[in-house]
Amino acid sequence: MSGVRVLVGTKKGAFILTSDGKRDKWQIDGPLFGGWEIYHMKGSPVDPNRIYASQSSGWFGQVVHLSDDGGKSWQTVGNDFVYEGETGTHQWYDGTAHPWEFARVWHFEPSLTDVDTVYAGVEDAGIFRSRDGGLTWQELSGLRRHSTGSTWQPGAGGLCLHSIVLDANDENRIFVAISAAGAFRTDDGGKTWLPINQGLRSDYIPDPNAEVGHCVHRIAQHPANPQVLFMQKHWDVMRSDDAGASWYEISGNLPTDFGFVIDVNSNDPQTVYVVPIKSDSEHYPPEGKLRVYRSRSGGNEWEALTKGLPQKDCYVNVLRDAMAVDKMDPCGIYFGTTGGELYASANDGDSWAAIASTLPKILSVEVQTLP
Amino acid sequence: MIRVIIPHHLRTLAKSGSEVDLEVEGEVTRGAVLDALEARYPVLRGTIRDQVTGERRPFLRFFACKQDLSHEPPDAPLPEAVARGEEPYYIIGAIAGG
Repeated sequence: MSGVRVLVGTKKGAFILTSDGKRDKWQIDGPLFGGWEIYHMKGSPVDPNRIYASQSSGWFGQVVHLSDDGGKSWQTVGNDFVYEGETGTHQWYDGTAHPWEFARVWHFEPSLTDVDTVYAGVEDAGIFRSRDGGLTWQELSGLRRHSTGSTWQPGAGGLCLHSIVLDANDENRIFVAISAAGAFRTDDGGKTWLPINQGLRSDYIPDPNAEVGHCVHRIAQHPANPQVLFMQKHWDVMRSDDAGASWYEISGNLPTDFGFVIDVNSNDPQTVYVVPIKSDSEHYPPEGKLRVYRSRSGGNEWEALTKGLPQKDCYVNVLRDAMAVDKMDPCGIYFGTTGGELYASANDGDSWAAIASTLPKILSVEVQTLP
Repeated sequence: MIRVIIPHHLRTLAKSGSEVDLEVEGEVTRGAVLDALEARYPVLRGTIRDQVTGERRPFLRFFACKQDLSHEPPDAPLPEAVARGEEPYYIIGAIAGG
């Protein structure tokens, strides 16, 4: 493997950082799409030169960009995300019915097998698929039309579908997560969807054990262990050993079980990373210390990783799509903060360095391991 | 020839200058001007008006001849001075945000 490419979406444009396999010297290119919010960029596992970017603006709406040369040049593709058929309503913050309205693409998930197939998780919550490299988009409407859809309510960031996990062992199985509806799974390629929230408990909804209504912040899976899912919920770090059919808490000794990101070491399915954040209202690291916590046992026992991270006066947040892992050995872990710092570890998290420190607010981080 | 002034972000997206000159066939209305603009620059589809409903995006306004025409119907004739190319038609983004 020749190196890594880190794709960073920020409040004011996108940045691409590249390094060789040592991952100690970095070149920063950008800003791309200056002044626009880049919610997410992600490369195709089939062809790493193919990258999709979600460009969004409260003024001018959604634009989708595609690159076929690793981010050197870009072209716009389709931005027409039309919900299929009767759109219906979901619940608004005050509990009243609110029509489904497309706002933006939160997350792109390129197919594991076809370079022109890509999934988009959008606000208001829905999942779309393109089979022509983003030129046209079709909704997998079975999710939005689920019998519970009219009861879904937005989280503070909107009713967003932010996590899409494509099962590497079963092309018909997809996991998604929605704030604040919960996690869902399809086993038939997106026609029908099953809520997979049994075992989640959320004291901020009328029935804490409800089938839907949980504010799931992020889910992660290791391809070698597809039955196991990890979840950072609004509160609680959770684990499922049966592909989401049931969940149990693995927060263990974390200083707080609130946070947004969660990811799995690419070389060890039992090594998991989270960044605890103080909440409900503060949304910055406890005690002003930015700490990644690592569990090598699949949860419950966590160790603080602090070397190279600020251990005083740090009051940034790490948003849900702002952590990623590469496929090098040892594994590289990358995360971005709302203060514009991008931290990287090239040794499983043992030590960290800021590879960029004055970027705009970071919304998303993805990494490509280059052949 | 209709003269249309577009905001900075749309210029970068369209790779155009600030003023775009358009030929509009038939009656010069907002709808006809935007049709012509989007035909010239397909990348602008969805950035000024909703692709399904045709509704103006809420943080955009349309000005011309010192008037705010944002709430005029899309098929209402634009001022004669705009239709004759003497005055530009402005697409303005709200001054807001961080």
